[in-house]
Amino acid sequence: MRKNLNVIAAYSIMMGLIILVGIFQSWNIALSIFNLCLISAVMTMGANIQWGYAGLINFGIMGFTALGGLAAVLISVDPVQEAWSAGGFNILLSLFLIIAMVLVVRYILKNFKKSKNRTYIVAATIILGIVIIRFISEPGIEAIENVEPAKTGFLGGLGLPIIFSWVVGAFFAGGLAFVIGKVALGLRADYLAIATLLISEIVIAIIKHEDWLTRGVKNVIGLKRPAPYEVNLQQTDWFINLVEKFNSSKLNLITDLTERQSALNQFVIEGSSVFVKLCYSGLFLVVVIILLILTQKALYSPWGRMMRAIRDNEEAANAMGKNVVKQHLLIFVLGSAIVGIAGAMLVTQDGLFTPGSYRPLRYTFLIWVMVIVGGSGNNFGAILGGFVVWFLWIEAAPIGLYLVNLTTAGLDDTHFLKVHLIESVPYFRFLMMGVGLLVIMRYRPKGILPEKIEIK
Amino acid sequence: MDFVNAIILLLNYIFVPALSYGSQLALGAIFVTLIYGILRFANFATGDMMSFGTMFVILFTWYFQSVGISLGVFPTAILAIPFAIIFMVGYMLIIDKFVFKYYRTKKSPPVQLAMVSIGVMFVTQAVVRIIIGPSDRRFFDGEKFLIKAGEFKEMTGLNEGLAIKSTQVITIIVTLILVSTLFWFLNKTKTGKSMRAYSDNEDLALLSGIDPKKIVMTTWIIAGILATIGGALYGLDKSFKPFTYFNNMLPIFAAAIVGGIGNPFGAFLGGYVIAFSEILLTYAYRKFFMYVLPESMEPDGLIQLLSTDYKFAVSFSILVIVLLYRPSGIFKGKVL
Repeated sequence: MRKNLNVIAAYSIMMGLIILVGIFQSWNIALSIFNLCLISAVMTMGANIQWGYAGLINFGIMGFTALGGLAAVLISVDPVQEAWSAGGFNILLSLFLIIAMVLVVRYILKNFKKSKNRTYIVAATIILGIVIIRFISEPGIEAIENVEPAKTGFLGGLGLPIIFSWVVGAFFAGGLAFVIGKVALGLRADYLAIATLLISEIVIAIIKHEDWLTRGVKNVIGLKRPAPYEVNLQQTDWFINLVEKFNSSKLNLITDLTERQSALNQFVIEGSSVFVKLCYSGLFLVVVIILLILTQKALYSPWGRMMRAIRDNEEAANAMGKNVVKQHLLIFVLGSAIVGIAGAMLVTQDGLFTPGSYRPLRYTFLIWVMVIVGGSGNNFGAILGGFVVWFLWIEAAPIGLYLVNLTTAGLDDTHFLKVHLIESVPYFRFLMMGVGLLVIMRYRPKGILPEKIEIK
Repeated sequence: MDFVNAIILLLNYIFVPALSYGSQLALGAIFVTLIYGILRFANFATGDMMSFGTMFVILFTWYFQSVGISLGVFPTAILAIPFAIIFMVGYMLIIDKFVFKYYRTKKSPPVQLAMVSIGVMFVTQAVVRIIIGPSDRRFFDGEKFLIKAGEFKEMTGLNEGLAIKSTQVITIIVTLILVSTLFWFLNKTKTGKSMRAYSDNEDLALLSGIDPKKIVMTTWIIAGILATIGGALYGLDKSFKPFTYFNNMLPIFAAAIVGGIGNPFGAFLGGYVIAFSEILLTYAYRKFFMYVLPESMEPDGLIQLLSTDYKFAVSFSILVIVLLYRPSGIFKGKVL
């Protein structure tokens, strides 16, 4: 108990801060911060597995998040029958051809010795394959994109409940991570960082511009929800009764019947959105807790010890007979899959998929700030980092505004400097993140909650 | 005649734009490579440092414009660049003193320094946005075109016009002057030679009495000059927007690595490799083939290898291929 005191203290302070937001701003804001904190926590757990356990640097978090989001779309949207009949055949044929091409290349690589001729043949196969696939897919893509472009213009998905996409998102991200890991994990640390950063940009470029699959920058809106809709809630009796019970003390003060009714309506409208957010919080909390238990178990298992050994001294671990390449690949896939879950959760919560919103600053570098600030190698630290950093990221603007007003109190309200500073308040979050990261790295390089390994 | 038209077409749409874009990337890539070679870390704040320098160029340009100083046909920004460089170098030295120096003296692993540079990236980004705002700014003035498409057509009687913007010419000339001075400096002067020695083998360089403080300071000064000029040229040619500059970091990294990170000459060429491949692969060749091929063989499609949406993806794919087959870059890396 005693040694976990700092963990408990840190988490209670964090919860206290969120509750303070609930009291002083609104419960709606507090809960939306809390939900995104939970999603960030899942992302940081993924990044922490890679960086904290194994020392792999993955700057491609954005790409895996986006793939998770894509999974949410492909699982939950109803299939567009017309689009399938218009171009489905061509797309399936191209998919089949891509698989065939990969198999042929693999066959050549496996069965022939390395030589110049082999390289040329592989290159020729790939180029020929791409040309053929383009010829086949182009009419299909055009046909699909012409099916009611304002509303659909894409193949749609499977029409299943969106919850399934959390698992599928993990598989998508894990699959991509497998491919990336196969080719890039041999690189030196900083090369790996740059390579993954650029690969994630390629992923985003594909998601943005392949309209037949993702609707691209036209966005997919109105995804199904695992939680009830506010409008429906506002008309169900049990919910109205519940809200009435909760606010009975306030409502009893109002004597006029019509006024009481309108006040109740107001409470119901507010209550419904809080209730929906609570539903999401519950779902996300379940995911976070399951992942936390699994990752903690893994950390203290023989496998976790092996990972740390590999991280701390690759050569020694190799000499002890551990397969470093295989373990690196495994952990890269696992961590990325967790990030994929987070991506699907994020799209589930927003109810929309906007490929244009995936930017490296928000989805890669911010997550890294969370891991470093929270404490890499320690799951509780990583989760705390997700909470703290996301909380500051959202609350930086109000804090910035307060500071600006404080420092420029002596100036006239129309003074150009004050006006300019107030306009640029949203950017104080970058400043806060940067300074926070630099300070933590300098004075507490292991994070708020450092890694603790018990040696018995 | 058709053949000449086809050549002009390629010159106008591929060669000239790629040459100027490549020069801008090359300056950035040399900046990355210098930092990597001498200070030994991948600087993720590259794009934002460039935007920081450009911000000062813009501020000074505005100031000069407001007092009525101009260079006539040349953009006022050229006059502003030297002043901006002073501020930029000052900023970089301050950052080095308060941030990077600690990790350098502690001999932290390069990954940690890269993480620190992310912190610097956030801070620089915030400072730029707080001072000048996130919106698009154009600060170009003076004569816009050196040769206008219409004039060229009249002059030569060809169907295709060749438009050369003055910014493109300025970019190429300035880059050539700057890069040749830099290579002269690195190869002929004593400081430059000691920088190369330091990059090649730190301990040996220290043993031979090279002052590391001086080397680091010179590196930051050169880096500041490169970042400011590279950023200002990009901003003159296109426009200044902090977010675009941040994104430019990616092709710049690609250029530096393709050329062999740590090798300035490689980075210089890498910039052009990236720029040319981006434009060559995404250009629609339909019109070119219409000129070259006889009428019966004219193509129906756009003859475009990749849609322009994948412009960035091209450079990254090249990078990934290079990393896989020649991790040290096309030209051997880590020899300054």
